Amino acid sequence: MSEEWEPNIIVIACNWCTYQAADLAGSLRYSYPPTVKVVRVPCSGRVEPEFVLEALINGADGVLIGGCHPGDCHYKEGNYKALRRFKLLHKLLTELGIEPERVRLEWISGSEGLKFAEVMKEFDATIRKLGPNPLKR
Amino acid sequence: MALKFAFYLAAGCAGCEMALVDLADRLVDALGELEVVFWAPTVADIKYKDLEAMPDKSIDIALVDGAIRLSEQEHIVKVLRQKAKILVAFGACAAMGGIPGLANMHTKDEIFETVYFKTYSTDNPDGVVPQTKCVVDGKYELTLPEFWNEVKALHQVVDVDYFVGGCPPHHEHVAKIVEAIVSGNLPPKGSWITDGKSVCDVCPRNPANKGKTREIVKEVKRTIEGIPDEEKCLLQQGYLCFGPVTQGDCGASCPKVNIPCRGCGGPLPGVKDFGARAIASLASILDDSTVDQLMEKYPSLAKLFYRYSLPVATINKRR
Repeated sequence: MSEEWEPNIIVIACNWCTYQAADLAGSLRYSYPPTVKVVRVPCSGRVEPEFVLEALINGADGVLIGGCHPGDCHYKEGNYKALRRFKLLHKLLTELGIEPERVRLEWISGSEGLKFAEVMKEFDATIRKLGPNPLKR
Repeated sequence: MALKFAFYLAAGCAGCEMALVDLADRLVDALGELEVVFWAPTVADIKYKDLEAMPDKSIDIALVDGAIRLSEQEHIVKVLRQKAKILVAFGACAAMGGIPGLANMHTKDEIFETVYFKTYSTDNPDGVVPQTKCVVDGKYELTLPEFWNEVKALHQVVDVDYFVGGCPPHHEHVAKIVEAIVSGNLPPKGSWITDGKSVCDVCPRNPANKGKTREIVKEVKRTIEGIPDEEKCLLQQGYLCFGPVTQGDCGASCPKVNIPCRGCGGPLPGVKDFGARAIASLASILDDSTVDQLMEKYPSLAKLFYRYSLPVATINKRR
């Protein structure tokens, strides 16, 4: 299993920043690992903790939520809400025995195509080091 | 013809059965319509073998309170499912795992270690741990049920027709359920028996019910800190209350007596994971530093957010 195993990474990206950054990374031909699957949402504040739990229980090895930098949210404060939710969810997941590195929150703006590619590479490497998600059925 | 009625207590405290008895004269009226064929181990002296001997589908309605922790409980609910036309998960433990479900944060070994060796009151010099079988005097074989590795809610073991929340269900709500059972006026199978309103909806403290707006909460308090104002919303005073995500069939009993809601009523319709939704709702009303304060003040978020629902959570035990 370990030889063939490839990480399954879900990135939940806000439409205005991180998704634009992913787009830019493509236009600028920055490569990032094919294990990353991007899901677009209107705002990181739209990401309910249930989304992350669902991703994990259905076999995601890592989940990354991408939003606009603080102060830059298109809806003014959605990313602050995402941060508050994330802090609580992150501690909850740690208590439930999920490695804290599996779930991550990043601020990547629409002009940071390079940062998007680098964060994805780094996250992919982290997940490879952690191995498969223990919740996998 | 009287409805054949069964009630079984699994891993619970019999509080749900008290809730039924609390109907007092209304229960006496309903008993004319009900024939108790099984009520163990609390009320009626009927043995498991009597239940096993009943014809399939001969019981009209069976209530189960308590979670499933032991092999014995699993066996009896499977028998009940076979014998009963309608099976109801009655109360928080049967419907969601309840307080016993918090044990899913610990392994069986950890629990045995604490209970049989570590607690202050334990006196166990020979290091005796319960065994499922034991022979006494070389000829009497005694047995105990198996202690499973995790606690389950009723529907995780057998098909359940209806769910009822509450720890225990409020007697007014129980009265409605008994009426619904007696009159046969039940919702579609697989659903919760509930008004579908949140605790906040029926809470007299709710600022929205008084025409005021909610404000951002700047300080988190535990229930041991100070005495809450009797009129003001508990959340607005910083006491973490799960009223926004909990079914309010209790009529907001706890907030009415200055105790914040902990979610025993069960998740509102549409909520899949109680704890996750509680996080979402709290993150909307607390400010950034209050969230940090919350995490400092509460040693275990899992036991706070999943107080009554850990076994039915998306991640239902510690890995």
